[in-house]
Amino acid sequence: MSILLSDISKNFGTFAALDHINLEVPEGELVALLGPSGCGKTTLLRIIAGLEHADKGRVLINEEDKTDQNVSQRGIGFVFQHYALFRHMTVFENVAFGLRVKPRRDRPSNDIIAKKVHALLELVQLDWLNDRYPDQLSGGQRQRIALARALAVEPSVLLLDEPFGALDASVRKDLRQWLRNLHHELNVTSIFVTHDQEEAMEVASQVVVLNHGRIEQQGSPSDIYDHPANAFVSRFIGQTNVFDLDKHDADWLQTAGLLPPHSDGKIAHVRPHDILIEKSTADQAAPATLKDWQHLGALIRLELVKNGSNGSAAPVFAEMPNDQFKQLNLNRGDKVDLKIRQAHWFH
Amino acid sequence: MNAVTQPINPAKLVARQQLALQDPDWVRWTLIAIAIGFISLFICLPLGLVIFQAFSKGVAAYWSALSQDDTIAAINLTLLTALVTVPLNTVFGVTAAWAITRFDFKGKSLLTTLIDLPFSVSPVISGFIFVLLFGAEGWFGEWLIVHDIKIIFAVPGIILATLFITFPFVARQLIPLMQEMGNQEEEAALSLGASGWQTFWAVTIPNIKWALLYGVLLCNARAMGEFGAVSVVSGHIRGLTNTLPLHVEVNYNDYDVVGAFASASILAGLAIVTLILKTALEWKQGNR
Repeated sequence: MSILLSDISKNFGTFAALDHINLEVPEGELVALLGPSGCGKTTLLRIIAGLEHADKGRVLINEEDKTDQNVSQRGIGFVFQHYALFRHMTVFENVAFGLRVKPRRDRPSNDIIAKKVHALLELVQLDWLNDRYPDQLSGGQRQRIALARALAVEPSVLLLDEPFGALDASVRKDLRQWLRNLHHELNVTSIFVTHDQEEAMEVASQVVVLNHGRIEQQGSPSDIYDHPANAFVSRFIGQTNVFDLDKHDADWLQTAGLLPPHSDGKIAHVRPHDILIEKSTADQAAPATLKDWQHLGALIRLELVKNGSNGSAAPVFAEMPNDQFKQLNLNRGDKVDLKIRQAHWFH
Repeated sequence: MNAVTQPINPAKLVARQQLALQDPDWVRWTLIAIAIGFISLFICLPLGLVIFQAFSKGVAAYWSALSQDDTIAAINLTLLTALVTVPLNTVFGVTAAWAITRFDFKGKSLLTTLIDLPFSVSPVISGFIFVLLFGAEGWFGEWLIVHDIKIIFAVPGIILATLFITFPFVARQLIPLMQEMGNQEEEAALSLGASGWQTFWAVTIPNIKWALLYGVLLCNARAMGEFGAVSVVSGHIRGLTNTLPLHVEVNYNDYDVVGAFASASILAGLAIVTLILKTALEWKQGNR
């Protein structure tokens, strides 16, 4: 079921939380709404759910206008950051809730409810916890129960608000993978909100980057990483080195391979892995000095200091595979040559 | 100073920590003695005296005092008052707590403050307000006389005054709890297709039920025990507008010691039952 948002605006007092948002989510996609805190992503999700109402604009789910419908009639599944499980009900009753509150003519019999709930609990691999209460479960278990509960009513779309935000790092990693696989299995159109770019890139098939209530870019994770639409997206997704042409010494930029610019932009964003390093032979003219490095697992991050009067004093970061770094045989304080493979240019 | 660091003896450390938290024995025992002495002198002694005086002329006199028509009328009126005011204030309390914790509206902080008004105003003044409104000389007095409706010096006045005095109890219990719980469970229930009414009964009420019961209990205790406000509006008509607390006073003023203390013993018994239930509810809440 596709989701179509047209011209959604929402103000809190004088603060524009959402500013003319247009968004289309094709059927079966798993979309991440990504942005810094306060960018409006949660508000947008709650507007799709009907938990909040937009000042302007329309929400269409599967070509049906849902703008004026109540949350309970929209047929959505919502997963909250802090689980929001019913604390006085067992896990079983939590998952059964959506089925039990159906009007009598649509309500399945108790046998069918029980069957369905156990099937869902098996899907989230927690059937053995069916008679526990929420406060007896770990965070990761609670969130999986919350997901099973949302799926029980067979929602046309699944909306998740920072679903892993309250979990520890290791549980979060597991659940990301698990959510991806589950989505493959169920193929229900899903939107999840996150402020963690790594999480968005890892889980989603489409990423929507939001900032100050506007959509900055929408695309596949590789699209967004390889072709950021603007400086904000480039900075927000992954690490990047920023070179402002006006503030740098032309010679330095030449030796680093940044002149002449490949477009009319003035500011170059360079990913750390797009900077190649060689041990310098011309000791005096070398553009940078190796200050320090850190191990990032398979990669090494090198911290370089620019030589000469070159813009900001901020260090340049480069990344390369571990074994390549060993072959270079560099020490702290060594002069190095840079070669910039690729840059994104912005104004 | 000697700066040599010595290995710290863990046993010593524990002893020191205990000392830091504990006052010397004489302070402890003095404070405990004062607390116990105070409670005995001002609470246990009067309570014992009520029971003692009630039975001072024997069990038969006690029962005959309680089975007087006026006493039975007072008990009935007290029960009626509680029966009307407690449900009304329960509904009001839940409504007010819901409105205050779930919606944002202008005047919300004013409403929150006003809920506390009956706690901060002297009950006599509360009663007096009703006399000013509905008494023969009051704002609505003439209209009420023309239509032959009696409020002041009649049962409706007593119920109104009690309603006013007891309205904070339920709301005061619920507001902090509902604020702390937030509304995500309710949002979750709505997103699962439940109606507002289903959400209220299946999600909200089970979450607040112990606090609600606790509030109802306190509300009931006060509704049955209220003296000041009711005294102003009742007119003290024996057998008609005397509640139990007023009946105690009337009997006492008539030098009917057994009668006064027999009625008082019922109120004291109510207080003890309330305390026991209150403790049980607190224990239940704490054990959830």
